[in-house]
Amino acid sequence: MALVLNEDEVMMRDMAQSFFAEKAPVKALRELRDTNDETGFDRALWANMAEMGFAGIVVPEEHGGVDMGYLAAGLVAEQMGRNLTASPFLSTAILAATALKYGSDEQKSEWLPKIASGETIIALALDEGVKHNPRGTATTAEPSGNGFKLNGSKAMVVDGHVADKMIVVARTSGEEGDAEGLSLFLVDPKSDGVSTERTIMVDSRNAARIDFDDVEVDGDALLGTLDGGMEVLDAVLTAGRGIAAAELLGAGAQAFEDTVAYIKERKQFGEIIGSFQALQHRSSHLYSEVEIARSAVIGALTALDEGDENAALYCAMAKAKLGSVAKLASQEGVQMHGGVGMTDEYDIGLFMKRIRVLQELMGDAHYHMNEFAEANQY
Amino acid sequence: MTDLQTFRTEARAWLEDNCPPEMREPMKGDKDACWGGRNFTFQSEAQKVWLERMVAQGWTVPTWPKEYGGAGLSRQEEIVLLQEMKRINARNPLSSFGIWMLGPALLKFGTEEQKLEHLPPIARGEIRWCQGYSEPGAGSDLASLKTKAEDKGDHYIVNGQKVWTSYADQADWIFCLVRTDNTGKKHHGISFVLFDMASEGVEARPIKLISGRSPFCETFLTDVKVLKKNLVGEEHKGWSIAKYLLTHEREMIGNQEGVTRPLHEIAAGSLGLTDGKLADPMLRAKVAEAEIDEWAFNLTMKRKLAEAKAGASLGADSSMLKYYGTELNKRKFELMMDATGHEGLEWESERSNDGKMARSWLRTKGNSIEGGTSEVQLNIISKHILQLPGA
Ligand SMILES: Cc1cc2nc3c(=O)[nH]c(=O)nc-3n(C[C@H](O)[C@H](O)[C@H](O)COP(=O)(O)OP(=O)(O)OC[C@H]3O[C@@H](n4cnc5c(N)ncnc54)[C@H](O)[C@@H]3O)c2cc1C
Repeated sequence: MALVLNEDEVMMRDMAQSFFAEKAPVKALRELRDTNDETGFDRALWANMAEMGFAGIVVPEEHGGVDMGYLAAGLVAEQMGRNLTASPFLSTAILAATALKYGSDEQKSEWLPKIASGETIIALALDEGVKHNPRGTATTAEPSGNGFKLNGSKAMVVDGHVADKMIVVARTSGEEGDAEGLSLFLVDPKSDGVSTERTIMVDSRNAARIDFDDVEVDGDALLGTLDGGMEVLDAVLTAGRGIAAAELLGAGAQAFEDTVAYIKERKQFGEIIGSFQALQHRSSHLYSEVEIARSAVIGALTALDEGDENAALYCAMAKAKLGSVAKLASQEGVQMHGGVGMTDEYDIGLFMKRIRVLQELMGDAHYHMNEFAEANQY
Repeated sequence: MTDLQTFRTEARAWLEDNCPPEMREPMKGDKDACWGGRNFTFQSEAQKVWLERMVAQGWTVPTWPKEYGGAGLSRQEEIVLLQEMKRINARNPLSSFGIWMLGPALLKFGTEEQKLEHLPPIARGEIRWCQGYSEPGAGSDLASLKTKAEDKGDHYIVNGQKVWTSYADQADWIFCLVRTDNTGKKHHGISFVLFDMASEGVEARPIKLISGRSPFCETFLTDVKVLKKNLVGEEHKGWSIAKYLLTHEREMIGNQEGVTRPLHEIAAGSLGLTDGKLADPMLRAKVAEAEIDEWAFNLTMKRKLAEAKAGASLGADSSMLKYYGTELNKRKFELMMDATGHEGLEWESERSNDGKMARSWLRTKGNSIEGGTSEVQLNIISKHILQLPGA
C-alpha cells in the first residue's frame, strides 16, 4: 500500500486547495448563514464543482464521471473541511453515487450522469433515532400493488430539504436490529405522503426530518436486491465514513493550524503566549495526533480503492480516530484562543460546530469502537 | 513483474529456505534477542545459523552499501523484506545499537577509513556498541555534559562519568560525547569519539532497575586514551552528529510494532468473553481505542519512512513518532496489566515466566524517558515543526 501521494494525487489536492480557498472559503458559509439562504449551499458553486469533476469523482467514466477513486475524493473532502465549504458533495457525489453503482443498468444510466453533471441532488434517508443505527431501521416498505408502500420517519437526512431524489432505507422483512431484511428505494420527495421539515443544524448546514405516510413507489424503485440492502448500505457507509473522515481531517488540521498561528501572535505577560510551555506541549501533542489521523485517512481510502478485504473496517476505524482527533483539535483550539474563541467573529467556533456534526454522522467514535471490537470478536 | 515484485518473490523463497523454524517462534524473553559482540553466547545453534545467513545476504543492514556489509537495498525493498520476514514471523537476527544508532551517523559523518573499520563488524554482529551520552548532570539538558577530553597531540585523554549507559557492561565499544572546549556556548565544544570498552580506565557498574534487571550502568572514565583517528566529524562540532544519531534512535524506540500479541487477544484470553464481548466492558472500550490508535500509528511509521529516502533521517518527525509510539506503548501495557489482573502481578515463578508481564510493564516506563523524554520530544516539535517562540 502506497501511503505517499503520487503525482496525480498531489495535482488533485493542489487543484482542490486553490479551488475551495478561492471559491468557497469560510466567509462563504457565513454568508449563507447570515442571509438565511434557502438552499443552504451555493448552487453556482456546486455547478462549478461538477465542471471540475468533483461531483463525478467516483462515478465511472461510461456514466459521465471522472472515476478517480475514493482517495482522490478524500483529498477534495479534506479541502472542503479546511474551508467549511457547504455543498452536496457527501450526500450526492459520495453516498448516492456509491449506492447507485449497485443499481440496475437503467438506474445507473439514468442517475449517475446526472450526479456527475451536478444536475441532481440525491440524499440518503437512513437514520431515524438519536444515534446512527442502520440495523435498527424501523421504517417499513410493504408490498403494495406492483410496488411498495413506505411508512416511517427519518431524521438527519443530509441535504434532504433540497434533494431531487432520495435513497430510503426501509425494512422489508425481519425485525428491528436485524442486518437482514433491509432494502433501498429511490423515492421522489414530491410523492404523496412525503413531508419534509428542513432542520438547520449547529454547523449552519442542512439536514431534514422526513416522514413517510403510505408513500407508494413502483417495483423498479428498488435499488439492489430485496432484503439484501445491507450489502449496498455497507458499501455506501464505508465510502461515506472514509470521506467524512477526510473532511474531519481537513477541518481538524485547519482548526489546529489556525490555533498555532493565533498563539504565535497573541501576547500576555509581555510575551507571545506560544512561548508558554503548557501551550507548546498541547500543540505538539495535537500535531502528533493530526499526523496519525492523516495516516488513518490515507490508509483507509487507499485500502478502499485497492479493494482490500478489510477496507470497511479501516474506514470505520478512520472515522473513529478522526472523530476524536478533530474534536480535540477544536476543543483545544477554542481554549487556546481564550475569550475570542467564544466569539462568532473568529472561525475557530465554526470549526468546532462542523466537527461536532461530522463526528456524529454515520457513527461516532464510540459506535465504531464497538463495531471494531465486535469485528475482532471481543 | 516489477523489480519490486521480483524482489519479493526472491526474498520470500530465500527466507523460506534459510530461516530456521526455531527462529520463527515468538521470543519468550529478553534473552532470546541476539545482540552479538565479543561477549555474546548464542542461545541456540538456530540463532547462530540465522545470524550467519542473514549476514551473508547483507540483510542485517539491508540498506547499507555492500562494501560496508549491507545489501544496498532501496527503502522500498527494505520494506518488502521486513514484510516478508513478518509474514513468517522471522525474528530479528540482530539487535544492535550499532545498526540503529551509530551506523547511520557514521554513514553520514564518518571518514572512509572509519566506515570501513567499524561498519562491517557492526553488520556482522561482531562488535557490540553502547551509547555514552547522559551524565549525572546532563540528561534532558544533554549539551551541558562535562566529561572532558584533553588534547595530547595524536590522542585525547578522557575523564568523567557517564550514566544510564545501556548494556555498557556487555558492550565492546562506546560512542561517546566528550567536551573538548568549554570556553564557548554549551553546544559548541562537544566532540563525538569512539573507543574500546576494554581500554584502560573504563569501568561500568550495573544499576538495578525497577524491573529487577540491570540493563544499564554507570560508566566511569579515568584517563582513558582515545586515538584521534576515532574522532568522528570535526573536533568541537560533535553536537550535530549527536542530534542526528538521536533522530535514528527515536525512530527505533518509537517503532513498537509487533512487540506483543494483539491486546484484545491477551485481554480475551485472561478475562474471557460474555455474550461474545470482553467480560469487562470498560476495559473493552479502552482496548478498542488503543488498537485503533495502534493501527493508525503503525501506518504513520510506514508513511513517514516511505516519505524519507533510504537511510535518511526523519528529522524532527522522529520526535513525533517517538513521543506517540512510546506513550501508546505505555498505555497498552497498562491495559495489559489491567487485563491480566492478579496473574500479571506475579514476579517470580515459572508459571509467570519469571514475572515477564510485570517486568515488561515496568520496562515500558523507560520508553518515554530514554532517547529524550516525552517532554523533550514535545519541546522539539514545538521548536522545529511548529516554530513556536522560545521553544
Ligand atoms: C531505559 C533507559 C535507557 C537509557 N539508555 C541510555 C544510554 O544507553 N545511553 C545514554 O547516554 N543515556 C541513556 N538513558 C538516559 C536518558 O537519555 C535520560 O534519562 C533522559 O535523557 C532524561 O534525563 P534525566 O534522566 O537526567 O532526567 P531529567 O532531565 O532530570 O528529567 C526529569 C524530568 O524533567 C523533565 N524535564 C527536563 N527538562 C525539561 C524541559 N526543558 N521542559 C519540560 N520538562 C523537562 C523531563 O521530561 C523529566 O520528566 C537511558 C534512560 C532509560 C530510562
